[in-house]
Amino acid sequence: MNLQFRNRKISGLLTIVPANERSFVDEMANFNFPVARSMKLKEVMGFDRHRIVEGPVCSSDLAVHGFEHLFRTRRLGREDFDALILVTQSPDYFMPPTSSIVQGRLGLKNDLFCMDINQGCAGFIIGLIQGFLLLDQPSVKKVVVVNVDVLSRKVSTKDRNSYPLIGDAASIAVLERSDDPTPIHVNVKMDGTRAEALIIPAGGFRTPPTPETAVLEEDAEGNLRGKDHLRMDGSAVFNFVQVEVPPMINSLLETAGTTADQVDAFLFHQPNRFMLQKLADKMKVPQAKMPNNIVEHFGNSSGVTIPLAITFNLRDKLLAASIRACLAGFGVGLTWSSMLLRLGPLEFCEMIEFGKGPTRAEVS
Amino acid sequence: MKTIEGILKGIRPEFDFTTSQDFIGDGMLDSFDVVTLVSDLDRTFGVSIEGIDILPENFRSIAAIRKLLEKYGVKL
Repeated sequence: MNLQFRNRKISGLLTIVPANERSFVDEMANFNFPVARSMKLKEVMGFDRHRIVEGPVCSSDLAVHGFEHLFRTRRLGREDFDALILVTQSPDYFMPPTSSIVQGRLGLKNDLFCMDINQGCAGFIIGLIQGFLLLDQPSVKKVVVVNVDVLSRKVSTKDRNSYPLIGDAASIAVLERSDDPTPIHVNVKMDGTRAEALIIPAGGFRTPPTPETAVLEEDAEGNLRGKDHLRMDGSAVFNFVQVEVPPMINSLLETAGTTADQVDAFLFHQPNRFMLQKLADKMKVPQAKMPNNIVEHFGNSSGVTIPLAITFNLRDKLLAASIRACLAGFGVGLTWSSMLLRLGPLEFCEMIEFGKGPTRAEVS
Repeated sequence: MKTIEGILKGIRPEFDFTTSQDFIGDGMLDSFDVVTLVSDLDRTFGVSIEGIDILPENFRSIAAIRKLLEKYGVKL
């Protein structure tokens, strides 16, 4: 599906990462694999460090921490925005929506449209689409899109397929109208027939959690995980990305009447370094234009890797100028999406840490 | 120059790769070993095996790997 927007922009971007940093080397002993094989994998995949929450930290905790920072530094006012979209696969509760939890904890106005979206690695773009659509309404002046996940709490520490790369993080993007009529091109596709490639099998209504679903089972590759844990069919996901993403980007560029060399940066979701390198090679994009350093520094925080790539790599540039950026997200659903837009100059583009002092509020 | 067999031995030294025609099915290579193998083949033979070719059937045997490399113009 092709979509197009005009007179819309991202005006500010904040990312929030847990202060708690773990290293792959320290965690290797958890995995059921010889050290030499794990070290080889570290080199190829880019596993090094990742940021994960400690204890019962929830998605709303990271989001509230980010909002409080923006309010305190006057980058955003409490009354400035009229919609809060929160994209997560790790909600605080099944009900109520985490966006409502955030609204309540921050004491935001009642005249605020709150909505949760259950999306993952493509979730930054999905959130932007919803935000841009809401800006059609005259009563909506600004929309805030929060992407947040604390999925480390749902990954087995003995799962070498997923644990070394998992990261927790949040982002807050402020969207508003713009005077620039340059089209923003978007492409979104979904395939629910492959939904089980990335899944947490138990814990929902289909398979409620029980003591049995918590039992660790060994897969053919020696990973230990329960049905309560995230399961990723790594080969299927890798193949999906390599097959679907390059033609999606080609289609997006063709629709926009442009070519890859006219794009300043390809800011893609970052599952691991190897996958990004293969995508860059296939698309004949210089790797310098496609940053792939997020997993090694922070881990894969699903929908937040794109905003993290922006705040980590392009902060100074985007505070001063604009670039033509191609965003792409792909993963759970399965969902794959891309967006070509002019990004910057941003009013703020910042990364902060979470985890110094208590921030978790109880909801009764 | 390293041989395909030499590269495989470097990844999983405990196996004899000349005796199997199905490295994946026989449990000699898992999916992450395949990633490591691709990285080593790319570096050794100066190619970039495309992501869409990173399928189990292309890494089941030395003959399959040789055929894949030949597709990228490697003369073995």
